[in-house]
Amino acid sequence: MAKTLFDKVWDSHVVRSVKDGPDVFFIDRHFIHEVTSPVAFLGLESRGNSVVYPERTFATADHNTPTINQHLPVEDALSANQLDALEKNSEKHGISHWGLGDVNNGIVHVVGPENGITLPGATIVCGDSHTSTHGAFGAIAFGIGTSEVEMVLSTQCIMQPKPKKMRINVNGKLGLGVTAKDVALYIIAQQTTSGATGYFVEYAGDVFEDMTMEGRMTVCNLSIEMGARGGMIAPDAKTFEYLKGRAQTPKGADWDKAMKYWETLYTEEGAEFDVEFNYEASDIEPMITYGTNPGMGIGVTKSIPLAENVEGGVDTYKKSLGYMSFNEGDSMIGKEIDFVFLGSCTNGRIEDFRAFCSIVEGRQKADNVTAWLVPGSHKVVDQIQAEGLDKIITDAGFVLREPGCSACLAMNDDKIPSGKLSVSTSNRNFEGRQGPGSRTLLASPLVAAASAVEGKVTDPRTILTANANA
Amino acid sequence: MAYDKFDVLTSTAYPLPTENVDTDQIIPARFLKATERKDFDINFFRDWRFEQDGTPKADFPLNKEIYAGSKILVGGRNFGSGSSREHAAWSVYDFGLRCVISSAFADIFKNNCLNVGVLPVQVSAEFADTLFAAIMADPKAEIKVDLPNQRVTLVATGESESFVINTYKKDNMLNGFDDIDFLKNIENEISAFAETRPF
Repeated sequence: MAKTLFDKVWDSHVVRSVKDGPDVFFIDRHFIHEVTSPVAFLGLESRGNSVVYPERTFATADHNTPTINQHLPVEDALSANQLDALEKNSEKHGISHWGLGDVNNGIVHVVGPENGITLPGATIVCGDSHTSTHGAFGAIAFGIGTSEVEMVLSTQCIMQPKPKKMRINVNGKLGLGVTAKDVALYIIAQQTTSGATGYFVEYAGDVFEDMTMEGRMTVCNLSIEMGARGGMIAPDAKTFEYLKGRAQTPKGADWDKAMKYWETLYTEEGAEFDVEFNYEASDIEPMITYGTNPGMGIGVTKSIPLAENVEGGVDTYKKSLGYMSFNEGDSMIGKEIDFVFLGSCTNGRIEDFRAFCSIVEGRQKADNVTAWLVPGSHKVVDQIQAEGLDKIITDAGFVLREPGCSACLAMNDDKIPSGKLSVSTSNRNFEGRQGPGSRTLLASPLVAAASAVEGKVTDPRTILTANANA
Repeated sequence: MAYDKFDVLTSTAYPLPTENVDTDQIIPARFLKATERKDFDINFFRDWRFEQDGTPKADFPLNKEIYAGSKILVGGRNFGSGSSREHAAWSVYDFGLRCVISSAFADIFKNNCLNVGVLPVQVSAEFADTLFAAIMADPKAEIKVDLPNQRVTLVATGESESFVINTYKKDNMLNGFDDIDFLKNIENEISAFAETRPF
């Protein structure tokens, strides 16, 4: 029987299937960070277990790290304690650790791929739901809980029922100002925040084939926001080109051997999915969210839907708009904003900074906007400097901060104050996600940049068109 | 971590019909800074239970005296979406709840619940509505969750529905076992498998 990409990778990692139960699923690569691992290590030690394959686990500090003055001791005692625990646990168990200030440090889903730890056909987990990012390379990657982190540390396996299979095809060419983020927000708006629950998604079609690896990572990253366990894209020449020569990718004969395997990683003609959706690139415009889950997104030029036209409960919908202080039928364009956040595992890569700069170059940050520009890793910082983007950023009145998860989940000091409205390139617009009482509009780096210079929600196409005509 | 076995539970329930309750609401990120697993009940639904100055919000169901001591929470559709933080499931358990009933759960939250001894019971949208209506009419309405027979019953009327759980996870819950016990028991099989992995 013809197999899907997902079947090929999943089935090759099943140690055994438990009768009327889950599969014992082998994990090739395991990422850990400071927030969801300390209790797993406590559990491991209290049972008298050890880390069975320390070389398969990789630690980086990202969730609660400060994004200024990283050379100084971390002020917040609880954060410092977690960072310390990550370092000590890693050292004790022989796990590679990229702490604050390390040249390889950064957001886990940024540093994994850029160091070549993420590989096609691998299984990758982390105590973080955006682990789905790594699916961009044709890996099966998904988020797990702390009990499962302990399972992986102590056995290199977790027990998982095999998810159902969904394929999402997007064909055609994307229009001006439409990015990978918009494609993902569009798909999530169609699927709703729970439409893909129980499924693992394969993304296929022209749009994903044409996308850069950074774009593919953005799309796969957001798979969880429609409830999917993860999302993946078949590896191709672009994938191999990205990986070749990275610090931890196979070299020489091992690379050739790996390539032989990787070239088999595609969905065969006639392979069956439990469900399949088709969307057209030409239907997608720059997107923005207006509510309190990522499924509540619309084209930036559109108005907020009326409750009667929305699926699901009216009370929940009205509660959401009430939290945002928005009304049904409001236009999003022109809403005055207070903050802009460029960064996160969704949009903290070099391409995102290039996009942001393409808009702000030669313009000025609006006075009413506080902007936090947070690269995903030190390597991204280096690339920003190498390309001279730092000068464009500074000249336009912005400041570049140091790497970390930052205002995406506001565990550090980067908190949007209560009531303030933020245009954010991150992944979640949940109530209080960016700080208690904060209000979040999710969008692409282009929409964020255009809004940052205008001081209000702005369609980036107006600026891109002006640039083209200049 | 060990948890109490689950068999048959009969209890009143907290109603929380809001849909798409995400784990950032169940426990906000700023309360994830512990390095030990304890006292996660304190910040369970922190920003829905309390004003920013710490005053309890009287109209929030988890604060209502009439439901106090309930061991079941009946939640709206797509309960537990978003972040994979197991702290959300810990906070449910630490608050004294052993069962969450909903017409749909997010995958990771559901897994986390099963791993910490909280039983996620998925029912039809109609039955969830029946339960919400019954609790609204009588806050002391009891719900019986029978794991051995995989059945959830509204005690007053006898209305009931079966629910699905795989045999493996069911046995774990009934006996207080967990996955690590199982996996450690087949470690030779796993290490032989690991030898075959190309990277």
